[in-house]
Amino acid sequence: MSKPIIATTSLAGCFGCHMSLLDIDERILELAELVEFNKSPINDIKKFTKKCDVGLIEGGVCNSENIHVLKDFRENCKILVSVGECAIMGGLPALRNNIPLRECLEEAYLDGPSVENNEERIIPNDEELPLILDKVYPCHEVVKIDIHLPGCPPSADMIYEALVSLITGKELKVPYEAFKYD
Amino acid sequence: MSKVLNFTIDGVICMAEKGQTILNAATANKIYIPTLCNLPGLKPRGSCRVCNVKVNGKFLTACTTPVAEGMEIENNSEDIIDIRKSIIELLLVEGNHYCPYCEKSGNCDLQAIAYKYNIPAPRFPYQFPDRDIEATNGKLLKDHNRCILCKRCIRGIKDEDGKSIFAFKRRGHKVIINIDTRLSANMTDEMAQEAMDICPVGAIIKKEIGFKVPIGERKYDKEPIGSDIEEIKATTI
Ligand code: SF4
Ligand code: SF4
Repeated sequence: MSKPIIATTSLAGCFGCHMSLLDIDERILELAELVEFNKSPINDIKKFTKKCDVGLIEGGVCNSENIHVLKDFRENCKILVSVGECAIMGGLPALRNNIPLRECLEEAYLDGPSVENNEERIIPNDEELPLILDKVYPCHEVVKIDIHLPGCPPSADMIYEALVSLITGKELKVPYEAFKYD
Repeated sequence: MSKVLNFTIDGVICMAEKGQTILNAATANKIYIPTLCNLPGLKPRGSCRVCNVKVNGKFLTACTTPVAEGMEIENNSEDIIDIRKSIIELLLVEGNHYCPYCEKSGNCDLQAIAYKYNIPAPRFPYQFPDRDIEATNGKLLKDHNRCILCKRCIRGIKDEDGKSIFAFKRRGHKVIINIDTRLSANMTDEMAQEAMDICPVGAIIKKEIGFKVPIGERKYDKEPIGSDIEEIKATTI
């Protein structure tokens, strides 16, 4: 039997959830035995080369590229998992959701205290750049998400248990202490 | 003890005093019914609806309904749990609840009930309402993003003349909690702490001290809410 295939990505996240995945310590060796990784920042595979069983999504959806990647994951993964608060509810990036986009961009590129060398007062708008969205959206409001793993980040134990349960088909039992929103 | 009433919760035989609410009787019988707006010692308000139980087939709030002889109460059936979960999920999307940086996280009743019922993500779309944070008061910070309008602060925090220091301001969906500037001028540190503690969520935060209790030692880090009330009854047969 071929090994289950896993893909991961970070959208509008801080890579903390990926760090938490690496936090499973030596169990990563067991995981490497059990599964094969496809598209992921961990191995730097940039494009899907085959259909995957599990896709782990870190981060919410803040720009057009995030939408593209998320839809790509939905098409290529049987089970899609929102990992962490940002994927689930937008998280800290969603703090901008109540501030008009123009104001955010002006603060970042024109008026913020750390802005330097922008005498021409340019807000980057090259067509090569992903278009920023009006709000940061939870992943499940953009595509169907099958499983949510809460936490900021979810504990390494929770991610590991969830992966093992997904690839072995065993029921996922998260202990009370591991189920947290922070 | 005044007249004793017999009733059942999920088939467990319980006893209550005449006039006792279902909630108080359940607690006395070591059965946990979740609540948010209720606070022991204050007149129950029945507004958050989280304590919904089914009494003889009808949904009623446990905090306001007195026990009657022979009542058959359901507290843990599937439909009740689903109603409670949907209320919690509505509250989570109706405000802006960023638990990762909320100072009440780990001590918050809303979050704790969500943990108890294992809610990984709300079924409703997030509203991201536009709400303010107010830091004008000397001792307290108000974060309207997290207020669930339970009125616990209004009902529970009074000055020495019995006047409420907190009040509702505006109407309808614009209603927010307000601190009376004059009455709160002499607020002691203890009162400020009491106000923060009485709030079931992180809408009232005491200034100048933060994140005092480390993660792992907070109220609901290790044991689900209600563990202090529940007790696994020893089977004696
Ligand atoms: S009030 Fe409770 S539910 Fe809301 S953000 Fe704070 S900890 Fe989370
Ligand atoms: S501030 Fe807290 S106690 Fe007061 S109404 Fe809002 S949630 Fe309830």
